[in-house]
Amino acid sequence: MEGLPILSLMMLVPLAGALACLFAGAAAARWIALGTTLVTFVLGVALWSNYQIGGAQWQFTERAELFAGFSWALGIDGIALMLIMLSVFLMPICILASWDAVQKRVGEYMAAFLFMEVLMIGTFSAQDLFLFYIFFEAGLIPMYLIIGVWGGDNRIYASYKFFLYTLLGSVLMLIAMFWMVAEAGTSDIPTLMQYSFPPGAQTWLWLAFFASFAVKVPMWPFHTWLPDAHVQAPTAGSVILAGVLLKLGTYGFVRFSLPMFPEASAQFAWLVFVLSMIAVVYTSLVALVQSDMKKLIAYSSVAHMAIVTVGLFAFNVQGLEGAMIVMLSHGLVSAALFLCVGVIYDRLHTREIARYGGLAINMPYYALFFLLFTMASIGLPGTSGFVGEFLALAGIYQTSSLVALVATTGIILGAAYMLYLYRRVAFGGQVHEDAAAMRDISAREWLMMAPIAASVLWMGVYPESFLAPMRADIAVLDARLAAAAPASDAALTAGAPRAEAANALSHENGANHSSAEEGAH
Amino acid sequence: MDFAHSFALIAPELLLTTAGLALLLVGAWGGDKSARLVAISAAAALFGAGFMLVPGLHFGVDGPATLAFGRLIKVDSFALFAKALIYLAAIGALMVAPAFFNSAAAGTERGMRAEYPVLVLFAAVGMSIMVSANDFMTLYLGLELNSLSAYVLAAILRRDTRSGEAGLKYFVLGALASGILLYGMSLLYGFTGGTAFTAVHAGLTGEMGIGALFGVIFVLSGLAFKISAVPFHMWTPDVYEGAPTPVTAFFATAPKVAAVALTARVVFEVFGAQVDAWQQIVMFTALASIIFGALGAIGQENLKRLLAYSSINNVGFILLGLAVANETGVSAMLVYLFIYVAMSLGSFVALLMLRGEDGALFETFADIRGLSVTRPAIAWALLLFMFSLAGIPPLLGFYGKFVVFQATVEAGLVAFGAIAIAASVIGAFYYIKFVKVMFFDAPAGVVTGKSGAAHWVLLGLTAAIVSPLGYLLTPSLTDLADKAAASLFLAV
Repeated sequence: MEGLPILSLMMLVPLAGALACLFAGAAAARWIALGTTLVTFVLGVALWSNYQIGGAQWQFTERAELFAGFSWALGIDGIALMLIMLSVFLMPICILASWDAVQKRVGEYMAAFLFMEVLMIGTFSAQDLFLFYIFFEAGLIPMYLIIGVWGGDNRIYASYKFFLYTLLGSVLMLIAMFWMVAEAGTSDIPTLMQYSFPPGAQTWLWLAFFASFAVKVPMWPFHTWLPDAHVQAPTAGSVILAGVLLKLGTYGFVRFSLPMFPEASAQFAWLVFVLSMIAVVYTSLVALVQSDMKKLIAYSSVAHMAIVTVGLFAFNVQGLEGAMIVMLSHGLVSAALFLCVGVIYDRLHTREIARYGGLAINMPYYALFFLLFTMASIGLPGTSGFVGEFLALAGIYQTSSLVALVATTGIILGAAYMLYLYRRVAFGGQVHEDAAAMRDISAREWLMMAPIAASVLWMGVYPESFLAPMRADIAVLDARLAAAAPASDAALTAGAPRAEAANALSHENGANHSSAEEGAH
Repeated sequence: MDFAHSFALIAPELLLTTAGLALLLVGAWGGDKSARLVAISAAAALFGAGFMLVPGLHFGVDGPATLAFGRLIKVDSFALFAKALIYLAAIGALMVAPAFFNSAAAGTERGMRAEYPVLVLFAAVGMSIMVSANDFMTLYLGLELNSLSAYVLAAILRRDTRSGEAGLKYFVLGALASGILLYGMSLLYGFTGGTAFTAVHAGLTGEMGIGALFGVIFVLSGLAFKISAVPFHMWTPDVYEGAPTPVTAFFATAPKVAAVALTARVVFEVFGAQVDAWQQIVMFTALASIIFGALGAIGQENLKRLLAYSSINNVGFILLGLAVANETGVSAMLVYLFIYVAMSLGSFVALLMLRGEDGALFETFADIRGLSVTRPAIAWALLLFMFSLAGIPPLLGFYGKFVVFQATVEAGLVAFGAIAIAASVIGAFYYIKFVKVMFFDAPAGVVTGKSGAAHWVLLGLTAAIVSPLGYLLTPSLTDLADKAAASLFLAV
């Protein structure tokens, strides 16, 4: 792979596919889109398998000076690698999800999705500040069109809200970027990540970046565009929105806010905590009373993303690792949940929870998948949700037990609204005849669900595969943050190490003699 | 005093004047039947004049060798850059005209009048003189030659009351602005004792008296009217709406370039010693233009009115570069000007290509509903223009905003830049409304009428410039703009 510009190639393939789709007929466009996304996925697998864990921090770097101060600088670390994998993994599934559901302007629809894929890969792999901004911001155009052209009844309002909210957030970030580049004299992201800006300026820069990322994440109270956009977007639009686009915000925190402005991050950690705590409790309660399935999942996304932000601003390794895993897990699980909604929406054309019931009887496989993803969303051990949330909450507990306490209620409330949703949709009697007559999932839908289900279980049982590439990068970030980390209120003291491993079998009869030395917890 | 040298410097203007006079005669004897020939010849003359600028643009010219006619005229790189843009925009305005005037809906019985290309030529000569003025007398001469041609152009559809109204309004308000400008010039003359830019500049160094300050303000107000910057923008929507669309396309591009370039020259070469005095005026005007241009557009249903407000909004961003008051800022401003010309010309060409069943031009949002289904090519081109005007990457409009805001922040005007960029989001609202109407709404009327090849060429060209491909132009564009800005600052 040496010398092959694989990241550029991963962007070139969908770009070519997008242009082809624009001029192709409906049937051809579907196959072109599926083909290109699969090729990109294969390239992504090649990327992952060639990524050297423990190698250089930035791998697959490409650099070409372009005109006027822009440079085509690409490169990934483990964090970016995982998010790129998430994007290229979800893309073919999105195309499959829109196979029959989208019937008008198929070519343009597929082109918009492929453009999105280019921009997402670009955002995660950009190593130049302005290149990042271009990719980050350009995503507005295809997403605006996807919501506006192929969305539901209230799509116009939702598309405006989405566009203007995110634009306002981003332009302030652009001003901050200009200032940073003028101050540091470079737009190279790895250099800037090690650059120490004066603490006074950091405050302003952090707020400007926060304006952009908080809208993207979205954090309470900037989240109101999300339920509208989700509800009105077509299924695949929701999948990509929840699966990848929300991660742009938290990725921004990991890549920019934390390493570039560590002091300001510590200074504003309380702000993030307060907003996240409100988000966890408030949006969970809001989710509990929704009658629209997509809206419910959208609100649950806000709650889950709040756990990510809490983990990120815990300023320790567990918190960061947990936040990353929650990001990946939420990307898979919320995408899958939206697909589950899409499957029954395609059959009955309503998202009203009350219009369904007893689906476990006539759609057993569907009910099985839906249950798995519901459990993963709640954070059942064995699924990806558990690993991430446990780590993130363990991380925040070291920093602030109050925040940990409030954030943990999110899991309880999550169980409440997800199980309540599942009970109403899948269990109970078959009250509606049309709902009872729905067919179980088709082969195409199997193809969409099964890979995500497998990944969710993989990440739940053996998260090491996903943590390993990120470990070194998180350690670097943690080291960068160490000086600024706020004091912990848990006042942990290290206990005496055990004489033997916890799971060692005792060969002597009698009590386990090491139990008294467990240390202070 | 070498006249041969002076004439060589103003060769493009001489060519255009000669061509204008000759074509006037052709039009007078040939009648309107010759209009097409006149238009083609006029475009050729503009192209020829533009071609003459190439060596100077390429190598960059500045210093005393650029002065002509006893320092009345100064043909430096800055003037050449502006002229090149003006000629290109004028060629565009000539290319789109015949198809419009020859259609039944324009209300012209005999098709395009031969005067139209001639007036465009004379306006171009006037603008050429404006941007190369080195003396208030030259400045006024050029300005009036341009304005008088423009008044007639606005009213060229004699039988259309809206066109007549636009011409009259433009004339009355334009005359008022010229009066203000003249009054400012006379004050400056009185307090500094000269009309040459260098003389006034010398007279304005040091502590500035209240009279001279009034002179500065009056001159800037008169120029602000010409570039339709807030608070002197009121005429713009009415004139843009009433004037025939090709004329509007012309107004939105070439005279803007000329007036902005002139303003830049005046503030640096004349008021260069009093940066603090004019900088806050320009900063206020820039911010106000961005905000009011955006707010005013929100309620508009008429597309030409909307584009008028959009041009006010864009002038704000152009002035932002000027407000920075350094070489980077001017260079950024020139880059933005170029991109702005491409975007505006493209949007107006797209509007010109849309006709209803009765042949009438589409003018309101209701008309272009669902355009992406009926005329996808035009709809996609308009989508590019609108997102570009809104400054969304990766379109070239983003690059324009990028350089302007970069210059602003580098000069330390961070808060100013932050307010301006936040206000630009208001503007995005109505640009995306364009896209919403074309792409999200169900198709309304039938779009008929074949568009001429000239329209397609121009639309394709401007769309290609605005699309990400346009970034390929940026190295040479930046190079030219840097040279132009440098020549402006050599004198200061």
